[in-house]
Amino acid sequence: MADYDLIVVGSGPGGYVAAIRASQLGMKTAIVERENLGGICLNWGCIPTKALLRSAEVLHYANNAKQFGLKIDKADFDLEGVVKRSRDIAKQLSSGVSHLMKKNKIDVIMGEATLKKGKEAPGVSVKDKDGKAKDYQAKHVLLATGARARSIPQAGLEPDGELIWTYREAMVPKSTPKKLLVIGSGAIGIEFASFYNELGSDVTVVEAMDRILPVEDEEISGLARKQFEKQGLKFHTGAQVKSLKKGKNDVTAEVSVGGKSETIKADRVILAIGIVGNVENLGLEDLGVKVEKTHVKVDGFGRTGVQGLYAIGDLTGPPWLAHKASHEGVICVEGIAGENTSHPFDASNVPGCTYSHPQIASVGLTEAQAKEAGHKVKVGKFPFIGNGKAIALGASDGLVKTVFDAETGELLGAHMVGAEVTELIQGYVIAREGELTEAELMNTIFPHPTLSEMMHESVLSAYGRVLHI
Amino acid sequence: MAVNITMPALSPTMEEGTLAKWLVKPGDTISSGDVIAEIETDKATMEVEAVDEGTLAKIVIDEGTEGVKVNSVIAVLAEEGENPDEVDAPEQGEPAPDKEETKGGDEAPAEKPAEKQAEAPKEKKTEAKSSSEEKQENEPKEAQRKDVSKELGSSEMKLADVGEGKDRIKASPLARRLAKLRGIDLSALEGSGPHGRIVKKDIEAAEPGKAAAKPDADQAKAPGQPASPDGLIMPQVLDDRVYDPESYELKPLDGVRKTVAKRLTQSFMQVPHFPLNVDMKLDRLLAVRKDINEAAPEGVKVSVNDMLIKASALALMAEPDCNASFTDKGIAYHKSAHVSVAVAIDGGLITPVIFNAQTKGLATIAAEMKDLATRARERKLKPQEYSGGTFSISNLGMFGITSFGSIINQPEGMILSVGTGEKRPVVNENDEIVPATVMTVTLSCDHRVIGGAEGARWLAAFKRYVERPESMLL
Repeated sequence: MADYDLIVVGSGPGGYVAAIRASQLGMKTAIVERENLGGICLNWGCIPTKALLRSAEVLHYANNAKQFGLKIDKADFDLEGVVKRSRDIAKQLSSGVSHLMKKNKIDVIMGEATLKKGKEAPGVSVKDKDGKAKDYQAKHVLLATGARARSIPQAGLEPDGELIWTYREAMVPKSTPKKLLVIGSGAIGIEFASFYNELGSDVTVVEAMDRILPVEDEEISGLARKQFEKQGLKFHTGAQVKSLKKGKNDVTAEVSVGGKSETIKADRVILAIGIVGNVENLGLEDLGVKVEKTHVKVDGFGRTGVQGLYAIGDLTGPPWLAHKASHEGVICVEGIAGENTSHPFDASNVPGCTYSHPQIASVGLTEAQAKEAGHKVKVGKFPFIGNGKAIALGASDGLVKTVFDAETGELLGAHMVGAEVTELIQGYVIAREGELTEAELMNTIFPHPTLSEMMHESVLSAYGRVLHI
Repeated sequence: MAVNITMPALSPTMEEGTLAKWLVKPGDTISSGDVIAEIETDKATMEVEAVDEGTLAKIVIDEGTEGVKVNSVIAVLAEEGENPDEVDAPEQGEPAPDKEETKGGDEAPAEKPAEKQAEAPKEKKTEAKSSSEEKQENEPKEAQRKDVSKELGSSEMKLADVGEGKDRIKASPLARRLAKLRGIDLSALEGSGPHGRIVKKDIEAAEPGKAAAKPDADQAKAPGQPASPDGLIMPQVLDDRVYDPESYELKPLDGVRKTVAKRLTQSFMQVPHFPLNVDMKLDRLLAVRKDINEAAPEGVKVSVNDMLIKASALALMAEPDCNASFTDKGIAYHKSAHVSVAVAIDGGLITPVIFNAQTKGLATIAAEMKDLATRARERKLKPQEYSGGTFSISNLGMFGITSFGSIINQPEGMILSVGTGEKRPVVNENDEIVPATVMTVTLSCDHRVIGGAEGARWLAAFKRYVERPESMLL
């Protein structure tokens, strides 16, 4: 007899949300976690970094108080206090997850899980802190073990926790490095670069692609780069880090840019060169689970091809985002329960957000991708400088860009850079999910004065009807 | 308190009707039992009687409005002591509050945990409180919103009306536009989105012209043609390029016409019909009829058709296998002969029923038939008077038709088509050719319930009663 209808392995935003949904659907559910409830997201990812960035943002305003007609003699920060705030928030949320598990009558099993061959579904053996193992059997097993920072030891791109950091060490600094080298300009790299820059570090970002935030629309990443540079950030794009040489209290990076070699000295290095899935020590090989490039292969409903075994979230590949994991978790569990309400996972509708200063947010195809896919496009743009609320906020740098299919009016993509755009993007995500066309967006009333008006204006602009520029 | 007058359900299956006529106007005093309006349903015009009394404050649904949903408010009555001018009248299309269904089938799953939370006594008090507080906060807002829609809802409601009907196609705006651009008929598609909504993916899956067939959809529908109200009536429109719109007069379909078209199309498409023909001599029946009518009291006049009704009812009793309806769950064998009689009416056809015809004398049948036919032509039949038959008779003898085959009146298993009685040469038992009054009848059978042999046996029984009408007295 099965102990549970569903055992979820990993309690990050993919796992715990899947467990709650399962419980809502009447499944007897357990969740296995080896470290902290809430996973990386709550403890070492999304949330604590947002707490850090908030401190940096407040500091930024304090430093620019004059601009608002305020007098602050000298704004300063207490790094320990900044980090403590971030850790406290992480702790608060982790206990919040614990409460959610209890409320939904989900059994929490602390320990490390290994899978064994089973009839209906793989068996789950959980080894606790003291090394004692206990076996559980469920009708369905859902893997949500997440991912971790990628390293390239051959080039010395390997974290040591002292001089060379991953996000994990970068989140709990004892001091701010004078000179910081960030390798990788994706969301994680850019957020830390932005944070440390605000705290006064001299930050250089190295990116192998020809532009920063390479997954974003070209125009948006260009505008973001300009704003970062204005704040003092330095970028090397199209640059490969050939080696990292550790000194006593510094690191020397050999970087090749356009065929030329350059050395960059820094006190600390943050590695943000991608993510690898946590596929190890789960017993996946014995079960015959297909693993490609450190990620478990699944279909649109998280099915692995092994009877009763499913996988979601970072473990299954990009985009490595908490909300993608949660969404996949819900789809997967509803699929198991036979709820025929959801569509298979569609990566094109996952919004991407970078919480730096300025913020970047997007959904769907970039202008270039849209053209490449053969669409005739209509592109709308509206700059923050044309928006009253943005000016009032003292945040008049930025752009809202929309890409429509010229023939059908489908909103192919939306791309934004500027203040609070991460809070705005969901409007366009809803429009895409609901398959609204330009007509419905134009007919929608946006409240004045808000930043959201720019979303309206951008749509109007695509059809030559922009009002405020 | 103002009282809402709602669209009545005039039959168990009625979903909507046409508000044909108002017989009262705002300001009129109404007593319980007064006839206040006429409603046209699928087959009849019915009178609506007032249940409550008071002064008619407002007419919500104008006369002539089609497709008025059962239970929606059609008018508002101010009760005694109430100023009719101040009555708060709901807008068109709004269902009566007590019958109002929960809107939005989504029932936001997010709400469920909140409910659970409020219910679970073990939970931290603060949590439970916060969720109930939230509820309280929401309530006034919702009420407010309702009021607003009441006040200025008319345009909004009209918008909704266009799409909210039974035949509304749920599709995303993008899907609608794609369908239009690519000439795909949305009504032929099945939506894969939430609540069956047609989304982009579904359009892409459907090749132009060969829409992924909905199981019950008519496949032959050409792309780009608008869906007909009932989906079964084809072609839906005349092509302007072929038929100049000036060259004909378009008469809108009324309830009767729509129902007749829908039911007959359905029957013809779904029921495997087969016909059986037989001739029978009428001379004795005509003679008996003459005797009966001569002997009958004043006012009673039995027609040939009345006698055929009686004969078929008795034949159904003699061959009970033929008094049957096909259903998904099995064959229903009816215990009584309820004979539907086709009556041509202006703008269509209706089949009032002589219930338990096997037990009724000819005088009763004649009287009932006279009354039903008269009221049928005035469209005053009640739904229960034209539904529930187990067998039908259609007689075109008076038009000189020799023989014809009728379409089965579902769910009945058989229909008898009666041709004209005429003098024909027949060969008698002495091999002589003699004149006789002969009539040809055609029995259309639903082959799912009735086989050729059963049909033939029934016709033999029927013929016996017709050719020896005295046996009907047995």
